[in-house]
Amino acid sequence: MVDRVYRAAPPDALRIEPLGELTAVFDRRSMQTHLVISPLPEILAMMGNEAVSASSLAGRLAADFDLDGEGDVAVLVADRLAELAALGLVGEV
Amino acid sequence: MRHSTRIAVGPVQFRIGSDWRAPIAALEKLYAAYPGEDARPADATVRLFAARPWRRWLRPSVHIGGDFVVPDALPLPLSMGLLAAEMGMNLQVALGWRRHMLLHASAVAKDGCAVILSGESGSGKSTLAALLGEGDWRLMGDEFTLIDPATGDALAFPRAVSLKNEAIGEIAARVDAGRLGPLLAGTPKGDIRHLIPRADAVAAMHEPVRPALLLFPRFGGETAIEPMGEGEAFVRLTEASTNYIALGEPGFAALTRLVRETPAFGISYPDSAAGMALVEQLFAEARR
Amino acid sequence: MSAMRLLVDLLAGRRGAATLAPREWDGVMSVARAEAMLATLAHRLDGADLPPSVTTLFADQRAAAAVARTQSLWEAEMARRALASERIEFVLLKGAAYAAAGLSCAEGRQIGDLDILVLGHDIGRAENELLEAGWEWVKPDPYDDAYYREHMHELPPLIHKARDRMIDVHHTILPRTHRVTPDPLVLMAEAVQTSSGFRVLSPPAMVCHCAAHVLADGDLQGGLRNLWDFHLLVTEFTGRDTGFQAQLFKQAALHGLVDVVKRALRLSHRLYDTPLMLDQRTVPSDDLFIRRLLARDDWGRPTQFALHQAFYIRSHWLRMPPLMLSRHLWTKWRKR
Repeated sequence: MVDRVYRAAPPDALRIEPLGELTAVFDRRSMQTHLVISPLPEILAMMGNEAVSASSLAGRLAADFDLDGEGDVAVLVADRLAELAALGLVGEV
Repeated sequence: MRHSTRIAVGPVQFRIGSDWRAPIAALEKLYAAYPGEDARPADATVRLFAARPWRRWLRPSVHIGGDFVVPDALPLPLSMGLLAAEMGMNLQVALGWRRHMLLHASAVAKDGCAVILSGESGSGKSTLAALLGEGDWRLMGDEFTLIDPATGDALAFPRAVSLKNEAIGEIAARVDAGRLGPLLAGTPKGDIRHLIPRADAVAAMHEPVRPALLLFPRFGGETAIEPMGEGEAFVRLTEASTNYIALGEPGFAALTRLVRETPAFGISYPDSAAGMALVEQLFAEARR
Repeated sequence: MSAMRLLVDLLAGRRGAATLAPREWDGVMSVARAEAMLATLAHRLDGADLPPSVTTLFADQRAAAAVARTQSLWEAEMARRALASERIEFVLLKGAAYAAAGLSCAEGRQIGDLDILVLGHDIGRAENELLEAGWEWVKPDPYDDAYYREHMHELPPLIHKARDRMIDVHHTILPRTHRVTPDPLVLMAEAVQTSSGFRVLSPPAMVCHCAAHVLADGDLQGGLRNLWDFHLLVTEFTGRDTGFQAQLFKQAALHGLVDVVKRALRLSHRLYDTPLMLDQRTVPSDDLFIRRLLARDDWGRPTQFALHQAFYIRSHWLRMPPLMLSRHLWTKWRKR
């Protein structure tokens, strides 16, 4: 599997409002509202402003959230990043 | 155009033109008590027209046009010209209005607080609002409720209430016949009859109101109340809004604020009396 | 005075907004809406002395246009991301290009589909990348599909399945069957980079394309708006460089668009007072074009049906050899 590298939207581009179980993300560049659920907000928050690969992000998430089965986490994170890229919230570097 | 009139409903000034006199006369009767700000330029234009000149006379059918047009919209027979006019006015607001967030919802108000009822047609939101508006509530509108992005307040759009099928009899039993329009039988939406809102509702139509309760009614079945989370209310209201996306960030901010500050419930009810009781009960609880 | 005349006079600045009677605004607003120019007018009259309700309505229009403009630039950005992995070069055209380049005609301008130009040999790869990034075909009709691919200057339109926005991928700026065919290689080679990171046509090429869009590319539908673009582009570029109009004619000659550009200049001068740096003779048929451009009543309805039809047939005549035209109209007619 290709380990793709992504960069999150710059912080001032997004307005993030938790609404109970959902999180509403308004993207000022696209004027679109995205309703997302965990772990997408956490992934966005963790990416900060640097370019990160799916595997390194998976490693950090696994450490922070004490997740088991690292291999599965990497696949899961890669999938979620691809979803975020389709929404335009992260861009492939 | 040959015939025309001007009507102000809430913040919108309409100019309506028609190839025939009848729809204009019917509108003027329904909206006779509304403030006519004659010198004010129109915000929206509606046109009721015959597709071909001879169709003004021969099997006359009314096409709905204006600033915004729905391609492929079917024309209505001239006997339903009033319905065509109302549909034309709704269409211009739904597609053209940008000042406020437009919710496809009815609303009533009491003591400066609004109950907003959002639902598909058939949910009974119009009938409930009309019935409450005959009691000690102020009818804000049966079709659209406007949210001011700057303040979060709800604004009224009290056009004539469009009563359908069973609701016609239910309301006719309670109001003066002079407040009802002509019966439009067998329209594509069933039987329709318009109700002129009470004078106090029209007089207060520019007064903003604080949203106090968001309800998502469903007609039929046992009486039931389901509290609704902020996220679900947000999703449902984006679906009920015709201009949410066009408003950009102010729309997002207004909607976020609305669902955070306003308790929301899904309600089911078997009949109007039960529905009205639910609204009263939840309103009293929300204000406690 | 007709509402169309009033609209044009307000845009050109020949008439002060304060001189309009309240009732005259009704017509102006309706025809401006019908020509998709209400937000443009709102920008043009920003700060003018207006009735209060017009002031607020215009503020609404400007705000909505700003949202729409951001959305259309985002479509351009998503196309850039989709085409980046294959390093396919593209140039933005029309509305998105004006917005990306920060040109004055982008203010309040409605932007519909995203139009991009790619080189002919990249078109297949561009198509694949876009399909992979979530765009899909709009036209399931095989006749239309073949028609687009063989004879028009674009792929059949694609629509993005999540964002519901269209993209038109062009490989030249006029149909191949058109009697004049601008050279896309030259257009691409001379394209310029904007500060927003997109490439757009060079100023003379942009104006040539705009003129072609007004006159050679259609039946003058939306002509008033397109001509307003043309007016502002020419005015802005002439203001930057007094030699611009000479460059414009050189460029027009390259693409076989001299007559088209001349006509656009004359029309835009007559309607909007575009400054002309070179002498222009008047041509009698211009009157027909002006009449067609202003053919709307105070309720926003098109008038002059016969003139509309004449221009509609003309638009096809320009695009297709006669035999093909009759075949096309026949096929279209049978589908009704």
